[in-house]
Amino acid sequence: MDLLLDVALLSLLLVTAVAIAWTRDLFSAAMLAGIYGLLSASFFVTMGAVDVAFTEAAVGAGISPLLILATLALCGRRQKPDRSRALLALGLVCTVGALLVAATLDMPAFGDPDAPAQTHVAPRYLQESMAEIGIPNVVTSVLASYRAYDTFGEVVVIFTAGLGVLSLLLGLADTRRSAPSLQAVPRQHLVFRVIAKILIPPILVYALYVQFHGEYGPGGGFQAGVIFAVGFILYALVFGLDAVRRVAGHGLVQFLAALGVLVYGTVGVLGMATGRNFLDYSALGSDPVTGQHIGIIVIELGVGITVAAVMMLVFYLFSEQLQERGDGGGQLTSGRAG
Amino acid sequence: MLVTSLYNYWVVIGLMMIGLYMVVAQGNLIKKIIGLNIFQTSVFIFYISVGKVDGGAAPILSEGEAVYSNPLPHVLILTAIVVGIATTSLALALIIRIKRAYGSVEEREIQAEEAQC
Repeated sequence: MDLLLDVALLSLLLVTAVAIAWTRDLFSAAMLAGIYGLLSASFFVTMGAVDVAFTEAAVGAGISPLLILATLALCGRRQKPDRSRALLALGLVCTVGALLVAATLDMPAFGDPDAPAQTHVAPRYLQESMAEIGIPNVVTSVLASYRAYDTFGEVVVIFTAGLGVLSLLLGLADTRRSAPSLQAVPRQHLVFRVIAKILIPPILVYALYVQFHGEYGPGGGFQAGVIFAVGFILYALVFGLDAVRRVAGHGLVQFLAALGVLVYGTVGVLGMATGRNFLDYSALGSDPVTGQHIGIIVIELGVGITVAAVMMLVFYLFSEQLQERGDGGGQLTSGRAG
Repeated sequence: MLVTSLYNYWVVIGLMMIGLYMVVAQGNLIKKIIGLNIFQTSVFIFYISVGKVDGGAAPILSEGEAVYSNPLPHVLILTAIVVGIATTSLALALIIRIKRAYGSVEEREIQAEEAQC
């Protein structure tokens, strides 16, 4: 049964990928990319990677197609035919693909418990983490404690990407401030407005649940941040960008993006102040396990704040671009409606 | 038996090659980014497939479970997904700037414009 599900999902992924490559309409490509994200999230669930599935569902099926759609509203949805390099690319792809397939013949079988990947460091995490960190979700203990240094690097990368988008797009749309950016859905679309109003509070509450329950179930700062941002983005799509900017303005979002990184780094330095290594939380509480708990909760909060703020910042900047082209906002919203 | 034990890896290679083809062959910059995303997701699927253990549960420790999937690839990929969307948004922002500067997102037209200058 598992095998059938596995084969079915992977085949659907292949078909979707071929369809994306085939279509010349970028709007359908963006929509298919959303389906592709949802399918890979389902696949991750069947593999037991629930945390990953969570993230992929929010990012791959939610935010990523949305940003592509915003770009399409600015750059046009028709792709011009360009066959000049098709043959060269086909040759390259066939050669590389054949070499990779030949290499897989030496791979350990799928699901083999004795494969090298399963026998080195992973058993230690699974057996010792309960005693050392004291939380059931091993993914969270590896992410936030054993490899917290890596995660810090990744949070900084996300922050830097946010800064990059900010420096590329800020001020570009300032020429015609009076034009309304991303307009609200017209009043006659009552279903949209009512459903959005009903959906947004549960989305935000759910994001907080994911944030603070990440130690005991699937979840954590990365997923919670994305889900939290999605709540605000949905609000902006239905009620207009101006409405959401009254709640969380540009300045606030930029401040929060930096604050999350700062919170994470401060916890790391606190570890050093107590005589341990950077990001070693053992001395933060009365005993090492309590210290680990406190440290993990705080850094996950930092991750959540930065991720949510960067996602919202990027969305703001993209949709502000639409205001220069009068009807652009309408295009994006009607795109979501269709 | 060989087919079922390596099927995941072959699909990963198929997806990866579709992504690579899109990046190399398609002239539209947005389409290239979508291709890059497909490539990226295929790497995610590869890592998660490598971490799967037969009969293993999700790596959340609970009573009565003895076998778990490998948590380490999950951690790497979880963060990679969020970093991936951050870098994708940077790429899309660059495309918007290119559109402003050249009036097009087709590689050939941009090169033609460059040649004129």
